[in-house]
Amino acid sequence: MKEKIADLEEKARRLRVSIVKTLHKSQSGHTGGSLSAIDMVCALYFHKMRHNPEEPSWDGRDRFVLSKGHAAPALYVTLAECGYFPAEDLMMLRRLGSHLQGHPDSKGTPGVDVCTGSLGQGLSMANGMALGLKLDGKENRVYAVLGDGELQEGQIWEAAMAAAHYKSDNLCALIDSNGLQIDGEVSKVMNVASISDKFKAFGWHVIEIDGHDMGQIVKALDEAETLKGAPTAIVAKTVKGKGVHLFENKASYHGVTPNDEELPEALRCLGCCD
Amino acid sequence: MIATRDAYGEALAELGGENDKIVALDADLSGSTKTGVFAKKFPTRFFNMGIAEANMVGTAAGLASVGKIPFLSTFAIFAAGRGWEQIRQAVAYPKANVKIVATHGGITVGEDGGSHQSVEDIAIMRAIPNMTVIVPADGEETKGAIRAAAAYKGPVYVRLGRNKVANVFPAGHKFEIGKGCTVVEGTDLTFITTGLMTAQAVIAAEKLKAEGISARVVHIGTIKPLDKELVIQAAQETGAIVTAEEHSVIGGLGGAVAEVLAEECPTIMKRVGVHDRFGTSGKSDELLKYFGLNAETLIEEAREIVSRKK
Repeated sequence: MKEKIADLEEKARRLRVSIVKTLHKSQSGHTGGSLSAIDMVCALYFHKMRHNPEEPSWDGRDRFVLSKGHAAPALYVTLAECGYFPAEDLMMLRRLGSHLQGHPDSKGTPGVDVCTGSLGQGLSMANGMALGLKLDGKENRVYAVLGDGELQEGQIWEAAMAAAHYKSDNLCALIDSNGLQIDGEVSKVMNVASISDKFKAFGWHVIEIDGHDMGQIVKALDEAETLKGAPTAIVAKTVKGKGVHLFENKASYHGVTPNDEELPEALRCLGCCD
Repeated sequence: MIATRDAYGEALAELGGENDKIVALDADLSGSTKTGVFAKKFPTRFFNMGIAEANMVGTAAGLASVGKIPFLSTFAIFAAGRGWEQIRQAVAYPKANVKIVATHGGITVGEDGGSHQSVEDIAIMRAIPNMTVIVPADGEETKGAIRAAAAYKGPVYVRLGRNKVANVFPAGHKFEIGKGCTVVEGTDLTFITTGLMTAQAVIAAEKLKAEGISARVVHIGTIKPLDKELVIQAAQETGAIVTAEEHSVIGGLGGAVAEVLAEECPTIMKRVGVHDRFGTSGKSDELLKYFGLNAETLIEEAREIVSRKK
């Protein structure tokens, strides 16, 4: 297990490097939220989810919804690393003609099942997937990564209510709680605390973790699978911009990309020499 | 006579027996929208989402992404209005195979008043790329439209009404998405109509005949994609167009026809509908009269436009 965690950590480090390089190239996109979510996305794709990059629409796959769609770079670098599409495609992020749109688009990107980016909508889609899979008697699971700022959207709570109502225990929401949104601290813009208490009140199982501790992420994902009768929320405390001190905990880095001066230092932080 | 929503309930329940991929969702109005008929027959494939339309739309998109054919229903004002951005993002943008069947469209909602009378839904649905917009004239066409919507792969918005409406089409009428239908032949002008206004146009055409005015009636069951050829042909052959719909004259059928004719075949035209105002409480038949959505208005407009031709 220790070795597996170390492997995932190394994988996540490489994905961070890829996020930084991709965003430096595109000069448009969301750095902070991609770096805060990447450890969880990495654990999902390389540890937990059943999926097949050779056959993106394989019927037996688990489903993934990036509800905080602006963290698309985190998803794209992960899908590329899995082999869903060539890594060179990443250099075309947000360019005209690229399948890698600013926010996830199921029409063009292999491995993306739904369109997200307008915040607050992903949990509903995940809900629908979970209901449909259960209806077919399938054991596949549905994972949704949500932002904490996104929890300000009312639709999230409509979805939370519905998922508990339908006892969708094949659904797991991971809350990337980095505490920051565009206008500043989530607690100051519109306080969403306590996230755990809210999901508990809505009838969900709740697991609290450090969203950058790979051991805790893996353990929580494994545990969530065993929890029955209700969906599970993994409330993960994270750091926006995690891994690169230049970007860490800075709301100003929400929609800003690394510039030429920052790139070498960012890569150095991530233990990257090339 | 049958309400289009009743025809929907029947058709959906029937389709449910033929295709187990069909599921239905409602937002606490299943008795009124008639998804309740389906729910009774297929309880495990029916999802009441409570009074939460935004989540209902997203859930339907999720169901579609795992291979289901979701039909979601509520009143038009809530389906198209409350759910607009969800429909745009989660349904139309990914081209999800979701069918939005909105009942209680237009002013014939009646007593509930302006808050509940959707006079903008056709316009705002029509503006969304990838969206197909259908407004049947009667029960028979509704059955065909629901069947066609289920067979079509992609987002569809079907707008239905609350009240019983006169039959325009015979039993077994074949509905084809994107195809309009000449209901009455005529040479002096054409009524291009949708929904319950088609039956009124047929009455108007009959009465106008006695005055020596030959009115054609073209029913447009699919507002988008619009049957441009049929519209242009009517304009070329009759030289005057009167559109009619139980909807705002802005952006609906009248708007769509005006766009086509302005570009392809400029023709004198009039738009009968709700003129940039909200609805109000009253009995349905009173309201139709109050807003001029009847054969009498169509006759007046026909006389006026034919006189302008000379």
